[in-house]
Amino acid sequence: MDYFLQQVINGLQIGFVYALIALGYTMVYGVVGLINFAHGDVFMVGAFIGLYAIGKYHLPLFAVFLLATIGCAVLAVVMERVAYRPLRQAPRIASLITAIGVSLFLEYFTALNQVFGPNFYSFPRPFAVSSWGPGDISLTNIQAIIFLVTLSCLGALQFIVRRTRVGRAMRAVSFDPVTAGLVGVDVNRVISITFGLGAALAGVGGVLYGIAYPQVNTFMGVMPGLKAFTAAVLGGIGSIPGAVLGALIMGQSETLASAYLSSTYRDGIAFVILIGVLLLRPTGILGAAKTEKV
Amino acid sequence: MLIIDNVNVYYGKLHALKGISLRVGEGEIVSLIGANGAGKTTVLRAVSGILAPRSGKILFKGKDISGLPPHKVARQGIAHVPEGRGVFANMTVRENLDMGACTRRPGREVDESLDRVFSRFPRMAERAAQLAGTLSGGEQQMLAIGRAMMANPSMMLLDEPSMGLSPLLVEEIFHMITEVNRAGATILLVEQNASMAFSISRRAYVLETGSIVIKGDTDDLRNDPGVQSAYLGDL
Ligand SMILES: Nc1ncnc2c1ncn2[C@@H]1O[C@H](COP(=O)(O)OP(=O)(O)OP(=O)(O)O)[C@@H](O)[C@H]1O
Ligand SMILES: [Mg+2]
Repeated sequence: MDYFLQQVINGLQIGFVYALIALGYTMVYGVVGLINFAHGDVFMVGAFIGLYAIGKYHLPLFAVFLLATIGCAVLAVVMERVAYRPLRQAPRIASLITAIGVSLFLEYFTALNQVFGPNFYSFPRPFAVSSWGPGDISLTNIQAIIFLVTLSCLGALQFIVRRTRVGRAMRAVSFDPVTAGLVGVDVNRVISITFGLGAALAGVGGVLYGIAYPQVNTFMGVMPGLKAFTAAVLGGIGSIPGAVLGALIMGQSETLASAYLSSTYRDGIAFVILIGVLLLRPTGILGAAKTEKV
Repeated sequence: MLIIDNVNVYYGKLHALKGISLRVGEGEIVSLIGANGAGKTTVLRAVSGILAPRSGKILFKGKDISGLPPHKVARQGIAHVPEGRGVFANMTVRENLDMGACTRRPGREVDESLDRVFSRFPRMAERAAQLAGTLSGGEQQMLAIGRAMMANPSMMLLDEPSMGLSPLLVEEIFHMITEVNRAGATILLVEQNASMAFSISRRAYVLETGSIVIKGDTDDLRNDPGVQSAYLGDL
């Protein structure tokens, strides 16, 4: 039983990180109907910003998160402006292929020696690891930070989407961009903000991931990106609560699969889930045809 | 107030508006009638910036607004109540009304607009917290008009507000339109229900496959045999 509970805690750790990434996929899909395949790479850039901010500049943790947030948001806004906006009216397949191109560009461009470099780099721990807990169950301070930071981000996001003017505009655009424009919403601006917001969350996720799994590389975003995308589809793409739910399920299933079956199943399980959802319930758990998209 | 001058609009190859000219003076209610597919919605979409005319000018208060994006047109003081209501079904009634005021700074004036909408549509006040998608068709139409009123517009474009409503509700909606007009908004009303539209407007235009074929005072149009047979068959 203790072993099981421990695995659940470990599953929450990775599940929360997936949630931070999955939100960006789902929000962007909600407002523009685009699967931004470069989103996992934005997460990677967040991790590298963390690496430099901690390892080179020894900034306090709060400043590290702030930098990663801003850096990733700016990156995503530029990406949308340069790569996706010109294709807004083009057939969907064009933006999809562009997204894959942007993803590859980010992975290989940042692998240049002049940028982040092609190797695995160890992510400096900003604090010593400690843990508490009864019996065989333990909660590390890393996990505590992941839970705390992610829950605060989710709270902040919920507040922005539900209670602010910009959040209301996001929901309006996600429901009907033409009518949103008619009532005076600057749709392009809302789309930029959505990209920025999703990327900011991925940036936070990147730093947390680096702290928890302290090795970074410019291709590190690929697998978590795919899993978070699966989580968003599982929860119902376009739905914010769905993305979080899907991510938590993903975290649990891969942790439990590697604990009780074999760690080689860890990555496989994600794709079994993806294929299963697509076959059985393509709209996802919370993604009924009429759920709100953002 | 609004001058549409020789405007041409295309959907791809389809020539949807063929050199349309039309004007609406300050304080007027002007109707634009025509059969299905005549291009009425297209006229309103061109004015509010959803479609860019290929040629021609659209002047609002003397300023050329053709080619401006919709949110900038809205900021000039034009509110468009789209065809088929177009409320944000995923948001509450109150949030829909707040969206209507999204170009304005929140404050006392916006609160006054909200009070005005609620006093004119008491039903909306009762249902403020209800999701707009769960309202009846008539209530959604009222909400769409209420949302447009929240912008405190100097001009309102209405696209078939009577569509799909019972005669009693149509009566009520048209009464509402005259009140909005009396409160200071100039109105361009698109309708298929010509007799209702004529009852509240002094001037009208008739659109047929992308061209204005008849225009004039509604009193004259009512007696025009062509208009009678095509659009007022029920009179
Ligand atoms: N998005 C579009 N793409 C292509 N053609 C369109 C589009 N919208 C309208 N049309 C065509 O343009 C013409 C005018 O359409 P419009 O919607 O303006 O007519 P309408 O007068 O509003 O008709 P209704 O009374 O049925 O609303 C029609 O022939 C229509 O098929
Ligand atoms: Mg129409």
